[in-house]
Amino acid sequence: MPGRNVSLRIRTPEGVAFQLPLAGPVSRGLALIVDLITILLLLIVISIALSIVSAFYSGFPVIGDFVSDLSSGLMILFGFVIGMLYGAFLEWIWKGRTVGKRLLGLRVVDERGLSLTAGQIVIRNLFRLLDMLPSAFYMIGGISCALTKRCQRIGDIAAGTVVIREVKVNQPEIDEILEQIENSFATHPHLEARLRQNCTPEDARIALDAVLRRNDFGDRERLRVFGAIADHFREKVEFPEEITLGLSDEQYVRNVVDTLYRRHRTLSGPKSYPVQSAT
Amino acid sequence: MILDLDQFVSKERPYWDELTGLLQKQDDQPDWKMSLEEARRFHYLYHRASSDLVKLKNFAGEVEASLFLENLVARSYSRLHERRGSTIPFRPVHWLLRVFPATFRRHWIAFVISFLSFFIGGVFGAGIMKFTPEHKTHFIGPFTHLAGKPSDRVAREESQDFDGFANRSTFSAQLMQNNIRVTILAMVIGFFFGILTIFLLFYNGIGLGLIIYDYIADGQGEFLTGWLLPHGSVEIPAIILGGQAGLIIAHAMFGWGTNLRLAQRFRRIRSDLLTIVGGAALLLVWAGLVESFLSQYHGPDIYPFKIAFGTIQLTALACFLLFAGRTGKNPQSTTYTVGSPELT
Repeated sequence: MPGRNVSLRIRTPEGVAFQLPLAGPVSRGLALIVDLITILLLLIVISIALSIVSAFYSGFPVIGDFVSDLSSGLMILFGFVIGMLYGAFLEWIWKGRTVGKRLLGLRVVDERGLSLTAGQIVIRNLFRLLDMLPSAFYMIGGISCALTKRCQRIGDIAAGTVVIREVKVNQPEIDEILEQIENSFATHPHLEARLRQNCTPEDARIALDAVLRRNDFGDRERLRVFGAIADHFREKVEFPEEITLGLSDEQYVRNVVDTLYRRHRTLSGPKSYPVQSAT
Repeated sequence: MILDLDQFVSKERPYWDELTGLLQKQDDQPDWKMSLEEARRFHYLYHRASSDLVKLKNFAGEVEASLFLENLVARSYSRLHERRGSTIPFRPVHWLLRVFPATFRRHWIAFVISFLSFFIGGVFGAGIMKFTPEHKTHFIGPFTHLAGKPSDRVAREESQDFDGFANRSTFSAQLMQNNIRVTILAMVIGFFFGILTIFLLFYNGIGLGLIIYDYIADGQGEFLTGWLLPHGSVEIPAIILGGQAGLIIAHAMFGWGTNLRLAQRFRRIRSDLLTIVGGAALLLVWAGLVESFLSQYHGPDIYPFKIAFGTIQLTALACFLLFAGRTGKNPQSTTYTVGSPELT
């Protein structure tokens, strides 16, 4: 969908900006299917329990009829109440998550990045009655999700909520990235220093990103991307031919990353990672 | 300026770990409440992580650490502005006797439009019955027992014996869930600028007007009143309340008289919607019980009692909605949420 936002950008009062990745229609649809199955299983369990109670009293003439009728009535009410409040209850106690959302790694949050209020939770679940039309196929909700930038169903718009993907991010381990790089540039520390001087943080980020994501590229893209980045850095500093001869573009970029992020590699002692800023 | 990333990460990591631990504890124990000291520490760690994020973004080309910190700051920000702990405890009696009627009165114009949509539908239904009675079956929906001649039904039902509790619970539950569903639907379809809400009310009015005219024209006015008034005096106002909530949404959709964005307009009416639809749902539970256990018993002896019951109930409901909780100053907002920051 053109114009769709892939993340929700929040700027806090402290002036810090961060992004929350938005869930797409497919992951939301899968979570919905899991939730519907959960509701179905729940109703089957309740139905069996009520049938057992009803069967127990079936031998009694008046009470048996009453219990049987009461069981049918309760089943109708449970079906309605669970259908309406399943999402609201779980989103309240699990802070924006249902069984399906937990499994798919999704969470409902306020569109300003805040946690949900009870009112928001109830409203978005009441509007489910509209989103699921026609006949529980979720066509209205699906269309709304496909047409809105933040993939919001009508309940989300009314409640001011969005569904985000919960990304598990581990703490950075830069050592592991650069551990196995044999940097031939290290034999020319004065040129490495010039490279650091001439590079902006954006240059450094591009090179590091490329190394981090190298396995995500296809063969052709990998050659093309590293070729372009290597050319860019070759313009910054010219290393002597004896150390660049036979060096692939990718290895060239990895050397650059090592040079920019690791200082004194050839020296013994503690490692550190200098990063030059524009200021 | 040079940022030594390795040293920076090594120095800051214990603080990030501590903040992650606090967040994890909140996830694992939703009821856990921080002490003042813990809250202060949490606030400090959040600020420190925010500051680290800014430094990393500005002075380092390190993506992984930035992503990690973004995630940490986002989670902390959400928890720091947690609005559950600052909510006023829900007081059901206060809500029912004061907030609900006050909210109803604050949006009286929406109620009047909702009522008129229903009433005009009723007049239209009566007109259909008068001029084209052969179309009656198209408007009575699933209520096939209403398709025949009213006097035949009256004779049949008045001759039936009292049937104890037979299927009363089931019938009652069906009525409750169906009516509550219709009421919520009347509210939520207000999202389409109120057009569908008005249509839904109008269509329901047609069915009722048609039945009323049919029974009165057949000389069964007393049966009709004794049958409909006990539960209808609550059920119909409740559905009209659902329409009122739908029209409040419609007003927010149009945004007349305000320059607020749609999200802000919805934020303003959210608690009013919940109050009105919650009150309507309560009324419908009561109406379902009355319809199931009282309205379906017919006989000339009990009509005066049923009519009196319905009349008193309707009067009481009207008085409640019009006068309950009037203390000179109306609560301007039914919201129970305070202290949430407006970041728009």
